[in-house]
Amino acid sequence: MKPAAFEYHRPASAAESVVLLAELGDEAKVLSGGQSLIPMLSLRLAVFEHLVDIGRLDELEGIEHRDGGLWIGATTTEAAVEHSHEVASSVPLLARATPFVGHFQIRNQGTLGGSVAHADPAAEYPAVALALGATIDALSPRGVRTIAAEEFFTGLWDTALASDELLTGVTFPVWSGRCGFAIQEVARRHGDFAIAGAVVAVELDADDRVRRCGIGLIGLGSTPLRAAAAEAAATGTSAADIDVAELGRVAVADLTAVPSDLHGSSAYRARVGATMVERAWTQAIEEALGG
Amino acid sequence: MGEVEVQVIVNGAARSAVVEPRLTLADFLRERCALTGTHLGCEHGVCGACTVLLDGAAVRSCLVLTVQADGRAVTTIEAVASPEGELSVVQEAFRDCHGLQCGFCTPGFVMSVTAFLRDNPDPTDDEIRQGLSGNLCRCTGYQGILAAVRQAAAST
Repeated sequence: MKPAAFEYHRPASAAESVVLLAELGDEAKVLSGGQSLIPMLSLRLAVFEHLVDIGRLDELEGIEHRDGGLWIGATTTEAAVEHSHEVASSVPLLARATPFVGHFQIRNQGTLGGSVAHADPAAEYPAVALALGATIDALSPRGVRTIAAEEFFTGLWDTALASDELLTGVTFPVWSGRCGFAIQEVARRHGDFAIAGAVVAVELDADDRVRRCGIGLIGLGSTPLRAAAAEAAATGTSAADIDVAELGRVAVADLTAVPSDLHGSSAYRARVGATMVERAWTQAIEEALGG
Repeated sequence: MGEVEVQVIVNGAARSAVVEPRLTLADFLRERCALTGTHLGCEHGVCGACTVLLDGAAVRSCLVLTVQADGRAVTTIEAVASPEGELSVVQEAFRDCHGLQCGFCTPGFVMSVTAFLRDNPDPTDDEIRQGLSGNLCRCTGYQGILAAVRQAAAST
């Protein structure tokens, strides 16, 4: 047994879970699928006195249309997201990003809510949430509040969730119109954490100008990131007038905390990141022009 | 720290046990059920040697706590061949195609491939490579394993 000992709790409802979280404070951690948490416990990168298992709460599982968006419950597995026709037709970027989340054995057990709450800068779902402008529902004993993805990721593995708040679901806006979506990543092995990657969502108006776009960066900082400067540069511009290589450079130009490790230096990752933005952008625009 | 009572159906037989919550399913299978065919390599979700089926879905048993498997059904490598010892199609293909050398990673591969081919009986080579990407082998160089998956797919 590699993890340090902890108390295990399996509350019967989300409401009961947050009361327990409020009671236990910082000593407690929520367990969903455990595909990030359990390795961290095993390596003793993290130690908690209490685990609160929400993995069996049916009320937190499901994929449904709500308020013009697609709501995905926190404990919905990544495999369920991958195989959902609803996700494929309403939020194609999420469907396309999912095969890059770990390996299929991880996706069978890992959950969408767990991935977003874990907030790994190299994870795909946080980047997708940022690019599309998703919102995150947080339940606490005080009620539910909705947090914009933009304000959710606050630091390395850190989020806007208070210690008594539970991520219950994520709502992804359904982008309609002349849209295109793409993800590009470089990883040493398919399913490993990306060295760098990018997701792009773009909508064109009738004159092929960029009406809106979202660019999420993967593995290029201490938090999941949005390439705001590149988005601003592209918005309102005719698709044909955008210098894609320049767009990639702008996307990584103001990054300040690009990781460096044995797989690649910061400079290398930033260059790969720029190329990923370039490729994803080109692919997304092609789709939008065709649609 | 409190121990927890669990009931897990292991290879068709219900097992009750009282476990520490930190006991992983892999350790439960190996140490409490004496099913040592499930191998432990990295113990943090990278190598895939400990792959088992949980309610039919391939998972890494080092990344599942026994308490999470409470009330669920686990299938391990021990239940893949018939009780008489007749190898499964996947096992036979691994033997035929030299899909193993030292054999340490093989139980994980067999469990992954068994689930993979059940869900995708006629995979392309690219899909096979993606399907195998979650399992590491340090002997074969993978080509024999790829050939084994192709053979198993062709013979079902």
